[in-house]
Amino acid sequence: MIAEFGLAALWLAAALAALQLVAGALGLTRRGEALGGVVRPVAVVQGLLALVSFLCLIYVFAVTDLSVKLVAMNSHSMKPLVFKIAGAWGNHEGSMLLWVTVMGMAGGFVALIERRLPEPTMLATLAGQAFVSLGFYAFLLIASNPFERLSPVPAEGNGLNPLLQDLGLAFHPPTLYLGYVGLSVAFSFAIGALVTREVGPAFARAMRPWVMGAWIFLTVGITAGSYWAYYELGWGGWWFWDPVENASLMPWLAATALLHSASVLAARNALRAWTIMLGVVAFSMSMIGTFLVRSGILTSVHAFAVDPERGTFILALLAINIGGALTLFALRAATVTEGERFAVVSREGALVFNNVMLSAILGIVLFGTLYPLVAEAMGAKVSVGPPYFNPMSALFAVPMLMVLAVGPLLRWRRDAFSRVGKRLVIPAMLVAAGVIALLVIGGVAFLPFIGLALAAGLAWASLMPLRERNLRRTPLPVWGMVIAHFGIAVALFGMSSESAFSVEKLVAVRPGETTQVGPWLVRLERVEPVAGPNWTALEAELKVRYKDSAPVIARPQSRSFWAPPQQTSESSLLTRWNGQLYSVLGGEAEDGRWQLRLWWKPFVTLIWLGGLLIALGGVLALIGRVKSDLRRLIARDKIADRRESQCR
Amino acid sequence: MSEPTPPKAPKWAIWLPLVLFVAFVALVMIGLYRPADRNVASTLVGKPMPEFQLPPALPGRPGLNSRQFANGSPHLLNIFASWCLPCRVEAPQLAALARAGVPIEGISVRDTTEALQGFLAEHGDPFQRIGADDDGKVQLALGSSGVPETYVIDGKGVIRYQHIGEIRPEHVPMILDKLKEAAQ
Repeated sequence: MIAEFGLAALWLAAALAALQLVAGALGLTRRGEALGGVVRPVAVVQGLLALVSFLCLIYVFAVTDLSVKLVAMNSHSMKPLVFKIAGAWGNHEGSMLLWVTVMGMAGGFVALIERRLPEPTMLATLAGQAFVSLGFYAFLLIASNPFERLSPVPAEGNGLNPLLQDLGLAFHPPTLYLGYVGLSVAFSFAIGALVTREVGPAFARAMRPWVMGAWIFLTVGITAGSYWAYYELGWGGWWFWDPVENASLMPWLAATALLHSASVLAARNALRAWTIMLGVVAFSMSMIGTFLVRSGILTSVHAFAVDPERGTFILALLAINIGGALTLFALRAATVTEGERFAVVSREGALVFNNVMLSAILGIVLFGTLYPLVAEAMGAKVSVGPPYFNPMSALFAVPMLMVLAVGPLLRWRRDAFSRVGKRLVIPAMLVAAGVIALLVIGGVAFLPFIGLALAAGLAWASLMPLRERNLRRTPLPVWGMVIAHFGIAVALFGMSSESAFSVEKLVAVRPGETTQVGPWLVRLERVEPVAGPNWTALEAELKVRYKDSAPVIARPQSRSFWAPPQQTSESSLLTRWNGQLYSVLGGEAEDGRWQLRLWWKPFVTLIWLGGLLIALGGVLALIGRVKSDLRRLIARDKIADRRESQCR
Repeated sequence: MSEPTPPKAPKWAIWLPLVLFVAFVALVMIGLYRPADRNVASTLVGKPMPEFQLPPALPGRPGLNSRQFANGSPHLLNIFASWCLPCRVEAPQLAALARAGVPIEGISVRDTTEALQGFLAEHGDPFQRIGADDDGKVQLALGSSGVPETYVIDGKGVIRYQHIGEIRPEHVPMILDKLKEAAQ
């Protein structure tokens, strides 16, 4: 019953999206002007209906209603409740429903609160949003109905992929989706602005919070995903340039560029066409990424359910949405003039440089991700990995980071390097000191070397915009920028340190034997079986000692799930201020010895701490912007009220 | 000091993103519609088998070594385990292949004699020889990452095809074709 209710809500939401599209489009014409009034309320109800449908799906998963095919395929009655719920979006259909729900809710929210844009642009934006949503509704209702019943009802479900049975991963996809879908709002704004040719600071200010919000979720999602891969997959790495990872990185790169160019548009009314372009590209990257992951067209270590038929459907959606938007862009871009001028050495100039570099990295990642496809089309099987991605992206990331140190110190419109030069003395000296120190240590590979030297200088330089400011009166967006840029330095330091100084050891030891990795002494005490709710495991007890401090116990496990049968290794992580000891229990070797993989990774935690700082910077900036927007809105309302009372 | 005009993009540049996107769609269409082999193939396909020697998995039955494959006729080599559920699913297909006269050799991975005997009693025993790979080393050497996996090996001991996952009923004709190819 609940499943049918959910399906009905989904159909109704789809119908309302159609109405929203038609009414929005007609509302732009003179004859249909009256219709424009229904668009906002329809958008709100559409979002709510999608939410109802999604809640129904969560319900059937929570009670493990095995008569619903999706539940039977992806769940199991013996799972902990939280994973039953997460199972609702831990599969193809459910995640698509989550997508369309978040998208509908975002559209409804825009309809409720956005008052800055001229009404025609708003109508075009909501119609655009409905158009994109309609494609996804069609996809769900035609190709992958999440509420399909199963007959006969099976006695037990298939279970969830054990790799996904992890709190981090249960909440990782929704985080990324909030990001992707937030970018859909930016996309709709861009379409709306192109249709009505209204591109200016008001448009940028209206779009910016959405981009900012999406970007924050993407940042958190990528950071969490990287940490998950690091501790769950048991291979000790934190970034693999896997297509699935790239799928989340590409929209982030585009959103980062968009965020900065929208700032230029909002503050200086420049970079109009470029900002629109990035708005289109950012969401396109979300969709292309989703397509690449979902269609199974690329082989990935994160094995997802794959199905070429669905791939074709999403491809058609892509072609219509992105192709349409790019055509519209090409037709209209010439009529959107570039806006205000600025000198090369200026805040705008630095931001343009950052945009170009980010776009170049985006191109490199996209090319590397797609290259195996190109090669396959020509009959060769290749995989593209870190040897391509690392140096190629560094080629553009390094100059970008250097400009990042300078850019925030420059003035808008026109500036001279001689003015900011003095402030850069200390950062430059820090970089030089880093270079010398590393030369003394020796044996550090080229890229980590550059990274370590840059990180210190960048950390200092990123704090410079706070100098000569009254810290209490410094606006939140400035704090946000400083913290986010500082976070980049922190993450960079973590990445470089991890790859420069990690120590790895693979040993086979008997219980009672001791081995050493970096500054740690590790003694295998025993290996014993333990049982969990839906798995059994072999658990090693390791007594580990950091230099001379008191010993601690680490318990890496090798887990066997039985529904579906699969083995995972639960690594053990011991965190100290200066790094992590990472241990994995391998198989039993001959004569009672056990394989242990141990890593000492100095400062590896800074990678994710940096990621969180970057996101925190975004949060502060967003709060600051929303606050000042609200203040402006209230002031405007007051003026309007006063005028009204004077007229009477 | 005059402010330089930001360089205006040439007309064709505005169309560039669309052109690139069309190229992307074309590329992906090719990828979607070509019947692709989505498995990660072992790099060993086309190469001789690595040398190995495995003790018998069952008392009174022969063990398995790599030289036994080079006897002039193609073989199937099936990597399996009694604890592996998909192996049960594939058992009827292996039995059918054995009835069709295909010589099948087995490698049982991380198994005990009792469990293995129970498995064969319940699901049939299509194997000529079964080697016991107790630590999974031979499995790794063969480039196999899980159970079940099946290799088609020609009469000279060269690996001709690797089948990842269970053999389903619809795969049987394809496996027979591969064996025929390997015989030539």
